[in-house]
Amino acid sequence: MKKELKIKVNGQPYDLFVKPNTLLSEVLRDDLGLTGTKRGCNSSSCGACTVMLNGMSVKSCSVLAIQANGSELVTVEGLAKGNKLSPLQNAFLDHGSYQCGFCTPGMLMSSKALLTENPKPTKEEMKEGIDGNICRCTGYNSIIRAITAVVKGEYKEAK
Amino acid sequence: MIKDFEHFAPKTLKEALALLDKYQDDCKVICGGQSLLILMRQGLVAPPYMIDIKGISELSYIKDEKDGLKIGATTTHRAIEKSPVIKKKYPVLAKMETRLASIQTRNWGTIGGNVCHGDPAGDPLPVLIALGATLTMAGSKGKRSMPAEDFCLDYFETALEPVELLTEIALPIVPPNSGTAYTKFNVIESDLATVGVAVSVTLGAGDSCQDIRIVLGASAPTPMRPKKAEAVLKGKKITDALLAQAGETAATEADPISDIYASEEYRRELIKVLVPRLTREAMANAKKA
Repeated sequence: MKKELKIKVNGQPYDLFVKPNTLLSEVLRDDLGLTGTKRGCNSSSCGACTVMLNGMSVKSCSVLAIQANGSELVTVEGLAKGNKLSPLQNAFLDHGSYQCGFCTPGMLMSSKALLTENPKPTKEEMKEGIDGNICRCTGYNSIIRAITAVVKGEYKEAK
Repeated sequence: MIKDFEHFAPKTLKEALALLDKYQDDCKVICGGQSLLILMRQGLVAPPYMIDIKGISELSYIKDEKDGLKIGATTTHRAIEKSPVIKKKYPVLAKMETRLASIQTRNWGTIGGNVCHGDPAGDPLPVLIALGATLTMAGSKGKRSMPAEDFCLDYFETALEPVELLTEIALPIVPPNSGTAYTKFNVIESDLATVGVAVSVTLGAGDSCQDIRIVLGASAPTPMRPKKAEAVLKGKKITDALLAQAGETAATEADPISDIYASEEYRRELIKVLVPRLTREAMANAKKA
């Protein structure tokens, strides 16, 4: 039996009906068309599906959508303001913090969650912050460099 | 693909217990679901009814009371990791949490869910057992408590009855001159333990070992205390020779399996090395206390 699911995604309210066995990643991608959130391992290992739920990072492949009822979600599509990229996105671009790009949405969301919680992380804390995300191209250092640049204030939030 | 199920989201413990009474073996309790959903996706668990207790806020708390610390079962790993009182009074628990899976998993997963999953490779139980924790379970007919070390019965099997919920984890006040340490050996940081070892030591006169609890994770069908190894050290002045003997004894008492992560022999070797190492660390922590 389908159940009502009321969520806000990137500021936009949605009122949906989903089967209880639907995962949050499935609602975001298949029902809302927000395919920026990637389905990687689909078993809580790779972090490509990371989104923010009420301000904290979760792996959307491992949360029942129905458990997010009443929550505010931010996906990678919610980082930019209109056509202006966020500081993290610009820093990722400048520092080449992606190769194939598949892990990038998850890396951005984990980095965003880290900086929301701790605006001045140490390098060690940055490593811990992206610990739940796997980059199979092994581009971790460039990701750390991009986060460092944002922490140093080299990128400003778009107005 | 997860099989269809009917979903109930009780808001209170009482409502949850009434649902458990009604559905018993046909239902499965889900909280954060960080372990359970993996099994459900593999089709290993396919309950027709799910009782979702994530929303029971009365079970999410960390209370510092006169007789010790009380942690509600639906408290997230992340709340424990960040709790100032836990960092101060039970630093080993906060430190263990920082190595449990990933931040995303800790944000949603709960301590009670982890304990009830009954995975012998889980991180919290060895530490809780070393700290002398008591678990409280509630059913519609009342509550009962038991030492954390009696909770696991076999691989993924616990003492919890189908009509019961784990409600609280209670930690006693740490006695003076006591220290606890935990580590796990694994290849990928934040992965499950290949072998985990927790040691709690209380030092007596002349730094002798007045009391000791050693707990092994991923070394038997349940988290286990190698009691013969503890007896090697208890009441003695701890020397390198005794520590080595305790490590050897613990490695013999353990009942590890061979799997893709490590062979049985390798696990025994890890126990032999880690028991002395962690006992030293626990002693150093006791001296700092």
